[in-house]
Amino acid sequence: MAEVSKVVVNKTDKSDSKNAIKRFLVDSSVPVLFVIVCLLGVYFSKLPMLYIVNELMTRITRNAFLVLALIIPVIAGLGLNFGIVIGAMAGQFAIIAVKHWHIGGFAGFMACIALSTPMAILFGILTAKLLNRTKGQEMISSMIAGFFATGIYQFILLFLVGTLIPMKDEVLVLTRGIGITNTIDLSKGGNLTYSLDNLLKLPLFEVLAAASVAALIIILINFYMQRKNGREYSHFKLAWRILLCIGIFATSFYIISAKSPLRTVKLPIATTVAILALCLFNSLILKTKLGQDFRTIGQDLHIAKISGIDVDRTRQIAVVISTILAAWGQIIFLQNIGTLSTYGSHVQVATFAIAAILLGGASVTKATNGQAILGVILFHTLFIVSPKAGNNLFGEAQIGEFFRAFVAYGVIGVALGLHAWKKTVVIRKK
Amino acid sequence: MGATVKNFIKQLGLPRLIILALFIALCITAVVLKQDFGLISSDVIRRFGMFGVLALAMIPSIQCGTGPNFALPIGVICGLLGALITIEFGLTSPALGRGFISAVLIALPFAVASGLVYGMLLNRIKGSEMLVATYTGFSIVSFMQIGWVTLPFNHPEMVWPIGKGLRVTIALDSSYGGVLNNFMAFYIGGTKIPTGLLLFFFGSCFIVWLFSRSKAGIALRAAGDNPRFAAASGIDVDKNRIIGTVLSTVIGAIGIIVYSQSYGFLSLYLDPLYMAFPAVAAVLIGGASTRKARISHAIIGVFLFQGILTVALPVANQMFPEGNLSEVLRMIVQNGIILYALTKVGGEA
Repeated sequence: MAEVSKVVVNKTDKSDSKNAIKRFLVDSSVPVLFVIVCLLGVYFSKLPMLYIVNELMTRITRNAFLVLALIIPVIAGLGLNFGIVIGAMAGQFAIIAVKHWHIGGFAGFMACIALSTPMAILFGILTAKLLNRTKGQEMISSMIAGFFATGIYQFILLFLVGTLIPMKDEVLVLTRGIGITNTIDLSKGGNLTYSLDNLLKLPLFEVLAAASVAALIIILINFYMQRKNGREYSHFKLAWRILLCIGIFATSFYIISAKSPLRTVKLPIATTVAILALCLFNSLILKTKLGQDFRTIGQDLHIAKISGIDVDRTRQIAVVISTILAAWGQIIFLQNIGTLSTYGSHVQVATFAIAAILLGGASVTKATNGQAILGVILFHTLFIVSPKAGNNLFGEAQIGEFFRAFVAYGVIGVALGLHAWKKTVVIRKK
Repeated sequence: MGATVKNFIKQLGLPRLIILALFIALCITAVVLKQDFGLISSDVIRRFGMFGVLALAMIPSIQCGTGPNFALPIGVICGLLGALITIEFGLTSPALGRGFISAVLIALPFAVASGLVYGMLLNRIKGSEMLVATYTGFSIVSFMQIGWVTLPFNHPEMVWPIGKGLRVTIALDSSYGGVLNNFMAFYIGGTKIPTGLLLFFFGSCFIVWLFSRSKAGIALRAAGDNPRFAAASGIDVDKNRIIGTVLSTVIGAIGIIVYSQSYGFLSLYLDPLYMAFPAVAAVLIGGASTRKARISHAIIGVFLFQGILTVALPVANQMFPEGNLSEVLRMIVQNGIILYALTKVGGEA
């Protein structure tokens, strides 16, 4: 008898570890695949490392905030929020107003943030009303809502400005007195360009070296505290984190001491702090009652309703938060780009952000800060290297450009398809 | 009386009422602004036939239960391939409709094959068809961008004189451009009636109608209406969904060929990306929902939708000489009606 049970236990143990490996491979197959694709792209593009790192730095700090804005709706079971386009529009409305009033510098940036927030709240509430009426079809609804809102946005800026909305501005308004110009240079008349980035800039690798040392100390203190309290602590996780810190420190130290040209790369500190603060917010909110409600309705709407959660209201809060963050993210994005393409800047925001977070290994039902950051790095590496790699491999830069567009759409398509497939399998099992 | 009006409005839906009112208002404005009536009505009829077949492609896919075919670009790509191959091999003799018939015939096998594969995909993702379809369409279009550069087409009218790949727009003057529009065309007053185009569109509608009356068509609709009941009465639901998808893809492929002959150009690269949305919006405006559609919905819807856009164009240009008000209007109407239809799908919980 004892032997039999032992055998059974052994068997389950084995299949469990097998499952764990399998699960890890399935879960992270997308990031692993694209790490390889990116490395190949970097190799074949033959671009200088300094250029890639510099460009990547700019793009990560520019875009990460927008991608992180996607996380809360995923946790709340609304899927990938294509509606961040609408948030981006709120940001752009604010920028146009602030440009009109010629407020520049950091004050201008804060004015944009302050002005965009009430608009984003309003847009978020409207989006949430729609999404609460289309439960089960949130993603397509938020996507079409984005298209619809683009139409309204264009109507307001092209035809209402100068007619219903009185606005006189020689720079911003078209010569006929109606409608906003196609492109707005943010650096002229109240400079908004780099208004956040240029607050403080420090050499990237010195910051990384210091940060990795600090992180190492925090991790070790945390480890001792946990052990003191007698809590279990995964040694694998600990080792992995320590190794990562040491790795970052070693690379940074090497780059600084070897006087490699890479040490000139500078990191915009204020933007980075904003991104880190959002990461912190995303993880802290889960520890609150609200965050737990998000999780519950994300797992099962029906059970959430029975256990007394106001489902519609909680979903509304999730959408509003995401919309506000998207508005701020778009402002951060544009202060770095330096020009606002009035009718184009927001259009691809959702597609690119969603493609990025999916490349990082997120899915329709699960997304973390780490996945968002990894995804941004992978997505933008691909963006930087693919035209040059395409040129070197096929003699045609276009092919690389088309390839990255295909990756953006394809990865979303595959992720959505897999999610839908899983859903039908679950239903069939029931 | 009040109750019947209320009931009528409820049945029609507020957005449709607004669209209808908008159309009438636009027509009146056009008259007040003394627009050239002949020109506008010719344009309305031409664009009605031009978009009609594409909108018709939505009918079988809605009827078989997969919802409006947001993956219409798949069919569009097949149609474009048919047209490109036709021009490449010069199959443009008058007997082949100057290439129109050959383009349709060549597109057919591509459309059937891709419709089959896509139909099988749709059977695995029941319940999320619209979203997955949209992104399948986007993916195929962006993938074919690479195809347009690398496929071995050599015809001097289609490739760039310098560099690699096909042009973004390819003129159809020397092949089937306008072949249907000019077939037996005549004028009533100042209005040009493109007889061939209208005949082809109504002919296609008639064929789809005949199919829906056949045994296969009835099975298809049963599978879409109530899958469980259909399965219980021995209908293979999955097979019927595939049939509907193939049909929709095939009609989409023919639709783009009709569209391009009227437009006078083939447009490649990113142009097919948003092709599905006007077609979806048209059937929805015509009275279809995401679960129920009749051929009359496609006909009425295309007429109303394209009518609004065509009439709005000169009217808007006169009121706002700069800026594309008609395009903005298209975006709002098109996506507004799709959103409205989505709110009527009915939620899960």
